[in-house]
Amino acid sequence: MATTKTAPKADADLGAELGLSRDDLLEMYRLMAITRAVDERMWILNRAGKIPFVISGQGHEGAQVGLAFGLRKGHDWMVPYYRSVASLITFGMSPREIMLAQFARGVDPSSGGRQMPGHYGIVERNILSVSSPVATQILHATGIAWAAKLRKTEQVAITYLGEGSSNQGDFHEALNFAGVHALPCIYVVENNGYAISVPMSLQSAVEDIAIRAAGYNMPGVIVDGADVLACYRAGKEAIERARSGAGPTLIEAKVTRLTAHSSDDQHTKYRSAEELESEKSRDPLPLFRDQLRAAGLIDEQSEEKMVAESRKVVEDATDWAEAQAEPDPATAQRHVYSDSPPARMDDPLWEGARFMGDGGPWGALTGDGEPGGEG
Amino acid sequence: MAVMTYIESVRSTLAEEMRRDESIVLLGEDVGKKGGVFLATDGLYDEFGGDRVLDTPLSESMIVGVSIGAAVNGLRPVPEIQFADFIFPAFNQILSEAARMRFRSNGAYACPMTLRAPYGGGVHGALYHSQSVEAFFAHIPGLKIVIPSTPYDARGLLRAAIRDDDPVLFFEHKKMYRSVRGDVPDDDYTVPLGSARVTREGSDVTVIGYGLMAHYALEAAELLEGEGVSVEVVDLRTLRPLDGATLLESVTKTGKAVVVYEDNRFGGYGAEVSAILAEEAFDSLDGPIVRVTGPDVPGVPYNHVLEDWFMPSPDRIANAVRRLAAY
Repeated sequence: MATTKTAPKADADLGAELGLSRDDLLEMYRLMAITRAVDERMWILNRAGKIPFVISGQGHEGAQVGLAFGLRKGHDWMVPYYRSVASLITFGMSPREIMLAQFARGVDPSSGGRQMPGHYGIVERNILSVSSPVATQILHATGIAWAAKLRKTEQVAITYLGEGSSNQGDFHEALNFAGVHALPCIYVVENNGYAISVPMSLQSAVEDIAIRAAGYNMPGVIVDGADVLACYRAGKEAIERARSGAGPTLIEAKVTRLTAHSSDDQHTKYRSAEELESEKSRDPLPLFRDQLRAAGLIDEQSEEKMVAESRKVVEDATDWAEAQAEPDPATAQRHVYSDSPPARMDDPLWEGARFMGDGGPWGALTGDGEPGGEG
Repeated sequence: MAVMTYIESVRSTLAEEMRRDESIVLLGEDVGKKGGVFLATDGLYDEFGGDRVLDTPLSESMIVGVSIGAAVNGLRPVPEIQFADFIFPAFNQILSEAARMRFRSNGAYACPMTLRAPYGGGVHGALYHSQSVEAFFAHIPGLKIVIPSTPYDARGLLRAAIRDDDPVLFFEHKKMYRSVRGDVPDDDYTVPLGSARVTREGSDVTVIGYGLMAHYALEAAELLEGEGVSVEVVDLRTLRPLDGATLLESVTKTGKAVVVYEDNRFGGYGAEVSAILAEEAFDSLDGPIVRVTGPDVPGVPYNHVLEDWFMPSPDRIANAVRRLAAY
């Protein structure tokens, strides 16, 4: 097990030893800032009664941007979880696409408004669809990586979960299989210390999830999730390892959850005011901003410009997404099967249809009751 | 045309499909060198190698979850669960993931995989090697459920399942593996998913079954022939999608229906068949819909006397038909 930290460097060389250009650093900061702005807007929309539910990742952005920045967009695979907003934006999902999921509009590429917000997925970007049962996705990423290995596609699969999900059996089953076959898969545990309300001390007998990697013959890396460049380094090494055929990596990013679990959670019931106050010091956004300032990459003027740009992007994404049409109930039966629309017996609204007067699924066959006729 | 056993039909069809399509991979416990505990994959490891015929860890959720991921990334997995009784650790992956992938992604993602599992009693398998599990899965929109009863159907339906773009659960009755033989043509035929078959024509009572019970229904019909009771037998072959048209056509003709399933009675698959008949064929029925099923005890007992007590038999089916015919 290794712990990665950004080595102290002369400020002007920030990121240089990682091969990151000044533009790369600014882009990483921009991705974090836009994600935060999008995320904050979600909560405002919820409080304003415009969207019923929010689940998001404030506090996780540094780890997410850092770990995903080295992936090959449109080639590698991302199997996210519900806090992965920054990971997704880093991997090419647009704020408009994120907002479409919040408003559950018909053109929402994640699910066409079928799933709760936070359940993202875009086939064109190799982002797999998210469900709500936790840890199931770890096996999907493992299967994607297995297929990549068999098909020799040189793809890397990265998947994300909370530390709470690391206690599910699917976590063990996935990492064990990946270890056996040295699959090109990266498992990222974003450890924010809480499984909704249950603290780490009641979740796990060990303090660090990463040490479990030893049981699967893969490296277990602990990284400070508030240190964006340390996360980038951990991600880069894991990606190179996977791409070269050396096998999977388990990365545990220690992050903080700056919000409640979701818009339906009151986290002051189980987190003290002191804790919430002190956790702000682990917010990756101001920490990275300070690094960039010290390196002379941003100043007050460019920061203001960036804030204004972020605001503009969020305004555009929100207004545009909200203006899109609701899904049409006439489409709700589609995509149950490849040959949908399904047989009418598979129609959840079907109830004794022949008797009720519309002929039933086989009305024509039994003689009486053409569709729409007397039952 | 060749005469072969049910399991040889499964095995040779897997081999032929794998030769046809390189993206097909098999995975499961002991499916590799050993060729499966029933030898349903015997010889495939030698022909196709360990990458395409993969011995997995003892992890059913992994077998299904990894298959889902592999299906998403260009493979066409045919996972095996060693006994249907052991499928439940994977229930969440089947229900929440495989069945919903297409619907929840609004058609963007699919999950083309064919999950095979031997099921059924009558083989001294007791509680945990005898179970019929189809009712749990037939309840789930997004899944297709297939239970062939002949070597011909096993080949035609397995081909159709593997070539289908939806997740298919393919249940094989283990008692039939070596006890049922039949003609299997050499040509590249398929049996479409969702097509039942009238395996015997008759005019007095329709007996509806699938799997081993489709055979027992035919045996019961033979028993009753000499008594002047004319029995029509419908082998459903696919439980979902259900071929309602064939089912209703038969019951509308005979006016009497016996539904046979080996599973526990309460809430079994045949309960849905009965409900459909009650709703759709009420005007044609000349008697109550009768079910012949396994009893409502938690599993098939081991001792042969107890096992015989559990299993529906041709005699029990014939008794039910006799009473219904006289109604």
